[in-house]
Amino acid sequence: MNFNNIIGEIEKVDPEVYDRLDTRRSAMKSFANLSGKLALAAVPLALGSMFKKAYAGTTSTNETIVEILNYALTLEHLEYGFYLKGFMEAPIPAGPAKMAIQTIRDHEGQHVAFLRTAITSLMGTPVPVPEFDFTAKGTFPTVFSNFATFLAVAQTFEDTGVRAYKGRAAELVKGGALLEAALKIHSVEARHAAHIRQIRKAYGYGDVKPWITGKNSGIGSAAVQASYDGEENTKQAGIEITNINGMMVSADAASEAFDEGLSKAQVLAIVAPFFK
Amino acid sequence: MPKSSSEKEMMVANENNIAQLSRRKFLGYAGATTGLLVGLSACKKDPKMPTNPKKGVDLGSGDFGILNYAYALEQLEAAFYIKVIMSKYSGMTALETAFLTDIRDHEVAHREFFKNALGSKAIPALEVDFSTINFGSRDSVLGTAKAFEDLGVSAYNGAGKLITDPTYLVLAGKIVSVEARHAAYIRDLISPGSFADSTVIDANGLDKSRTPMEVLAIAGTYIKTKIDASNLPTS
Repeated sequence: MNFNNIIGEIEKVDPEVYDRLDTRRSAMKSFANLSGKLALAAVPLALGSMFKKAYAGTTSTNETIVEILNYALTLEHLEYGFYLKGFMEAPIPAGPAKMAIQTIRDHEGQHVAFLRTAITSLMGTPVPVPEFDFTAKGTFPTVFSNFATFLAVAQTFEDTGVRAYKGRAAELVKGGALLEAALKIHSVEARHAAHIRQIRKAYGYGDVKPWITGKNSGIGSAAVQASYDGEENTKQAGIEITNINGMMVSADAASEAFDEGLSKAQVLAIVAPFFK
Repeated sequence: MPKSSSEKEMMVANENNIAQLSRRKFLGYAGATTGLLVGLSACKKDPKMPTNPKKGVDLGSGDFGILNYAYALEQLEAAFYIKVIMSKYSGMTALETAFLTDIRDHEVAHREFFKNALGSKAIPALEVDFSTINFGSRDSVLGTAKAFEDLGVSAYNGAGKLITDPTYLVLAGKIVSVEARHAAYIRDLISPGSFADSTVIDANGLDKSRTPMEVLAIAGTYIKTKIDASNLPTS
């Protein structure tokens, strides 16, 4: 094991790793002191706990953080796999649509690589690439042969992705650079969602806005409804947003103004049909 | 950090035993610094400064400080879109009008939410300065909207780690993704396909984040009221 390499890898992900570890010198010194007292087999464990201290102002354990990252990685695998295959096989019109799907595909691939690195840095094991069934057990048989279906699934994945990251944010509270990275992925997914919605609207595939109105999917399939249920919420932290303080804020606008989270169980139930 | 000329003047004023600069004069000096907040944070470290200078609206500390910071940004965005809809640029389509009105309503909802959540801790209404924006011009309005939305996304992304209450963190998360949807829409209006281009997304597929100091230095161009962010958490 090369400790310098590990620190270097983390530095790529978290440029402030040295600050977190006090300084490189003291990190090396404390590691040297530590390793001198420990059997070699225990060294990975010692490193793990060192990073746990470095990252986790959060109350979550290192194991929980790795689990959350692997959860995110699973969803990113799903998205990347979907766009990878869709870009090659789906009848995406050449030009702006094709270019947009390429951009999104590349981001998802970067998210996969980023999360894998982060998990490895925390001494975790990244989940392997799952086997997919993008028809969701036959619910979307034309997912790669019909552009409208492809986009409907894309929108559902993106909107669900946004909700999935949000649903686990609380567990990463005070999570420093890791929380920040998760937020920086989360907002990219929201940009993707907005654009996919715009393509669908432009092609007349659905009456949707870049944001989510009520719990409307704008997709003519009950199969995606679980990804939108709850989005109709207009009450935040006990405060009713509709017509708040006498302002003309409709219930639609109130629901649009706040995206809602989904729990891990809800998300896994939604994506389960897409895994073999 | 190099001292600004106005700061030097103030130090000279003190050394000459002038008891106190008038409030007006202090504001004039502070306003003359290019980065208002940078200037103020430098002042804070200078023991020769007047002991109780009027530093502007104090955002406060801890989670409430961060909520006030968000409240300040939402005030700015809401004021901007209210004006956009009140004085529509020439050639605004029906769909643009509908979506920009939606965005206005979202920002008003965010603003009022923070106001109520903060209660007695809320900062007062801020005075904005939109003199650099030509509201009759689509390019000027959308260019500003893009800057505000991307700035808002980076602000929430950077503020998340400063929040200690999970409820507020999740609320910030509920808002930031809507700001990101706005940003994507506005960017596509300006240049189709630019919803997440390389000017905002890095090689790891990550959006931008900015510290409150960075954000307020940029937003300061549009906010007339002086803001004191010196008590905000920094880590």
